[in-house]
Amino acid sequence: MVDASLRKVTKRFPGIVALDDVSLDFRGGEIHVLLGENGAGKSTLMGLLAGMQQPDAGEIVIDGKPVHIDSPRRSMDLGIGAVFQQLLLVPSLSVIENLMLGGPWWQPVKRAAALRRFGELATALAIRIDPDALVTALSLGEQQQVEILRALWREEKMLLLDEPTSMLTPQGVADLGRMLRRLKEKGVALILITHKLLEAYEFGDRISVLRQGRLAGEIDPERMRSSSEGERTAEVLRLMFGTEANDERTRHAPDLAALTGRMAHHARPIDRGKPPVLSVSALATEHRVGETALHEVSFDLWSGEVLGIAGVDGNGQKHLAEVLAGQRAVTEGRISLAGRDVTRGRVPERRRAGIRYVTDERLGEGTVGTFSVAINLLLKEIGAPPYWRRGITDWSLIHSSARDKIREHDIRTPSERTPVGKLSGGNIQKVLLARELGADACVAVLNKPTYGLDLQNQRLALERIDAAAERGVALIVISTDLDELLEISDRIGVMFQGHLAGIVDNAADAERKIGSLMTGAKSA
Amino acid sequence: MRKTRIEDGPAAAVLRVLLPVALALVVGGVLLLALGKNPLDYYAFVLERGILRRGGLQETLTRMAPLLLIAAGLIVAFRAGIWNLGGDGQFLLAAVTAAALAPALAGVLPRGATLVLCMAAGALVGAIWSLAPAMLKARYGVNEIVTTLMMSFLGVSLSNVFIKLVLFDPATTVPQTRSLPVDERLPRLFGSTVHSGLLIAVVVLVLIHLMMTRTAFGLKLQVLGANRAAAVHAGERVERLIVLAFVLSAGLIGLAAAVEVLGVWGTVRADWNPAYGLLVVPLVFLARLNGYAVIGFTFFFSALMVGGESAAHRIGIPQYYVLVLVSLLLIFLALVEYLDQSRRKRLAV
Amino acid sequence: MNALLTEPFLVSLLYGAVTAGVPLLLAGLGEQMSEKAGVLNVGIEGMMLFGAYAGFVAAWYTGSFWLGFLAGGLGGAAVAFIVLLLCIRRGLNQIVIGIAVTMGCQGLTALLHFVEFSRTYPRLTAAPVFALPYLSRIPILGKGLFSHSPIVYLSVLLAAALTWLYRATYFGLSLEAAGNKPAALDAAGVDVIRTRSVSVLFTGFLAGLGGAYMAVVGAGLFVPFMTGGAGFIGIVLAMLARGRPVWVLLGAALFGVSLAMTTALQVAGLNVPTDVVQMLPFAAVMAVLVIFARHSMLPPALGLPYVRGER
Repeated sequence: MVDASLRKVTKRFPGIVALDDVSLDFRGGEIHVLLGENGAGKSTLMGLLAGMQQPDAGEIVIDGKPVHIDSPRRSMDLGIGAVFQQLLLVPSLSVIENLMLGGPWWQPVKRAAALRRFGELATALAIRIDPDALVTALSLGEQQQVEILRALWREEKMLLLDEPTSMLTPQGVADLGRMLRRLKEKGVALILITHKLLEAYEFGDRISVLRQGRLAGEIDPERMRSSSEGERTAEVLRLMFGTEANDERTRHAPDLAALTGRMAHHARPIDRGKPPVLSVSALATEHRVGETALHEVSFDLWSGEVLGIAGVDGNGQKHLAEVLAGQRAVTEGRISLAGRDVTRGRVPERRRAGIRYVTDERLGEGTVGTFSVAINLLLKEIGAPPYWRRGITDWSLIHSSARDKIREHDIRTPSERTPVGKLSGGNIQKVLLARELGADACVAVLNKPTYGLDLQNQRLALERIDAAAERGVALIVISTDLDELLEISDRIGVMFQGHLAGIVDNAADAERKIGSLMTGAKSA
Repeated sequence: MRKTRIEDGPAAAVLRVLLPVALALVVGGVLLLALGKNPLDYYAFVLERGILRRGGLQETLTRMAPLLLIAAGLIVAFRAGIWNLGGDGQFLLAAVTAAALAPALAGVLPRGATLVLCMAAGALVGAIWSLAPAMLKARYGVNEIVTTLMMSFLGVSLSNVFIKLVLFDPATTVPQTRSLPVDERLPRLFGSTVHSGLLIAVVVLVLIHLMMTRTAFGLKLQVLGANRAAAVHAGERVERLIVLAFVLSAGLIGLAAAVEVLGVWGTVRADWNPAYGLLVVPLVFLARLNGYAVIGFTFFFSALMVGGESAAHRIGIPQYYVLVLVSLLLIFLALVEYLDQSRRKRLAV
Repeated sequence: MNALLTEPFLVSLLYGAVTAGVPLLLAGLGEQMSEKAGVLNVGIEGMMLFGAYAGFVAAWYTGSFWLGFLAGGLGGAAVAFIVLLLCIRRGLNQIVIGIAVTMGCQGLTALLHFVEFSRTYPRLTAAPVFALPYLSRIPILGKGLFSHSPIVYLSVLLAAALTWLYRATYFGLSLEAAGNKPAALDAAGVDVIRTRSVSVLFTGFLAGLGGAYMAVVGAGLFVPFMTGGAGFIGIVLAMLARGRPVWVLLGAALFGVSLAMTTALQVAGLNVPTDVVQMLPFAAVMAVLVIFARHSMLPPALGLPYVRGER
């Protein structure tokens, strides 16, 4: 049994106070959920316990003694295990090699002992993975299981999980739940960080709500058991957003469903009598060894429609986005846009035909972080008139046009010349949306458009998508957030192992059908 | 509206450049003291011989010509994220080409035509020598540090082979190409001893700078260098850009060689290798890849070399010291920039 | 052709190959460890030169060759320490600092040599040779391969030792992680900075040792810029060896043979121009790259995952 506490902990970063005077207790044998929207400070808290950062004020107490967690090693020594959202496994090593990382340097590797410990933990948690398998051969869910093993390797005292269900199938989520309950029985203190309300109810014994770096309130096990879901939800919402009647958020989204991420879907008037604006048949793409290959993908898309693409990460969604955008070559099949065959073209040709692509890697691929907002707004049009005449750049036109777009799309930036990397995630996404969902867009592919954004910016992105659909743009939205897809899509396709397992109309039983398609069932 | 701090003004920019220079001079001076020499004497001597005297100034300006062109070539490559470390090989092969071609053409064509053709030939040979590394990187992603280094060693040896076995002037004792008569070389400027190659170099460098900052092509190269994935995402033909950047870079280095041969030496001696390819790299970094700043740094460096040579004879401080100074400059520049950036980050809290 | 199979030619070739190849081997093995950890050490040429000078000075003033080697190694490590401070701890650009360090060492060693020795140009006596007991009596091979300074045998053993180190110890795992996904290493509780620092220091030590060998054993004296690009060749060897010390050994042997070929040919009475022969190894490397690039035998960044030197 362990008792760990944070007492009046404060952590500041340049320009923001991530945690403000937070005090929390964690107990062994209990699943304590930290709930809050993106940016509320949950990940920072985890970082402190994991030794990634140190508090600016306050202290951390473990088993009654104040401790200084100044490195991941120290955190591990204290019995704290952390599983982050970004998986931290070395891809070129095997599972057991990853787990053995950290031994004293000059010693030969103690494989036998490691295998024994592996067997011990794996049995206890009902995990079935080959210890000699290379990490790259494992699915994301399996990789996460390895991370959990790694977190519990030294001793099973305390386990922190940051958004663990974001890359799991519904089945995987159930498996995780079972594992967590097993650990709870062993007396491990479990801390689960999430922004999903329903998940908090499902797993949590205790819920603490963080809001803008402060502890807004707590729901203890007593109240969790005794209150109804409605009461709990109301309580949580009050803690997350306050009771002020004029609160902007409650005004914009008057019903519970919106705040829990489940807005009702309004059906759009789509004329399927007209020919589809995008037609994809039997598509296959190039791929490297070890990547999921796209094959036999076929679907049609109509103007003004939003086609959601669901599925666990790594089932070919990224390749689908890239092949439609022209970044990845087609090896088989056809793509036609408004009746014209565009299969052979690459990015410039697809863009000219009207296809737009909002990538999920905003800074890695979508923008050049060191370049100004103005240049990034025109990144895909370098050399094109009117900003370039015979190859010569018209800087004043570029900057004035950027200023207009910044105003129009409410992009918060000191100026159009600011390097785009300095903007917040939400504003970088606004730049991308402004660039791609412009006037000439015919078909737009968006990959995880709301990932990592706070609620306000998430809503904004979804609104932009909605507005584009109303203008007649045909949109494909790829996301791992099923609730989001259910809100905005007219139809939802499910990717499974590089294959479009099926397309489901967004009707009442959609979620059930999608769930079963995600596991590979052939029919809905 | 954000308040503009003092740190962001032009005064600060100048300080960011002068501070590393000052630090380098001071630390270098300490080294000289440790070796029993007077640094102030040295610096004063260099200043006088390199800049203040007419003969020295002309020599300094003459030295700048090839360096400016090589700098232009490196700016193109580095901005595109390409480490063209093959400058020496590209330089020498182009030099040999120009030196071999010139005397042959001089008898047949008017001076202007000969010079232009030889310069073009030099640029072409330099460019061709970069094709293998260029295509290996563009097509297969082979690291260009390896390939350009290899091609450089190869180029240096190959040029020596050409001189010693094929092109040598039978009339000389030391193997060298047939000499181009002085009146067939690049014309002098305004009655000085500085040849017009300097003018060509400055014009080309400015043009390259303008290309990088004011054309679509230049911007595309910069996108490629800053974030290759973004370049692909934006629909740029990355393979084509890589080859073009390489070829342009090596072509400029080849031009530098031709200019040096046609303006100064008129011949290429065997085993001659001024090794400008690596020497210009620090200058280009110090100038932060800006064409105008490069001119300033190159002038300073050339003066240092010319003055330093004189000092080597007169004061007994060998030319090697210049290498130490330049390396100190580079290190201090990197340090100052780093400190500046981390100060900004702290202040932004 | 007969002239090539004579004893004088073969012995000269083998002996010369070892003498030329050992510095390349040491530089390559050193650079390989840095690169495994994700550090591109462009300053290795400077480390070799500094080691050459330090080794020469130590051997000259103490009369002990072993002290010379030690001084050389420490000298190289000292230069590596500067790279460590600037690039690993502070994160400055590794290529810029590497070039600066190389130039600085070139200038500094030449300057120091000028001040100390330019009037006298001293030479060391021949370095002691340790002829391996039975092996050195084999005809041709004995004189060519097995009658060398002990450093030679140690270098070869080093390649074997490193192979074991990389494959079977925790340090090897840490290196792999540091070069592939430093965040994972950090999360496992191992200090990434320390791992990379150790690698860089080790590289410096080996490079310095290689330089010292060139000065103390190979030439018997110090000449400014005497390493002549050996450090850069070491970088190339490390890049092509894909993490296996054995391949560095083979590559160094290949280069050693071609570098020794000219002298050997002269011994055999054939006068092939130096420059032509010297082109051979570089041409061979380029040929390998061109032929095998298509089969993607070389990974895109040639095993340089974190050149930025960031965590």
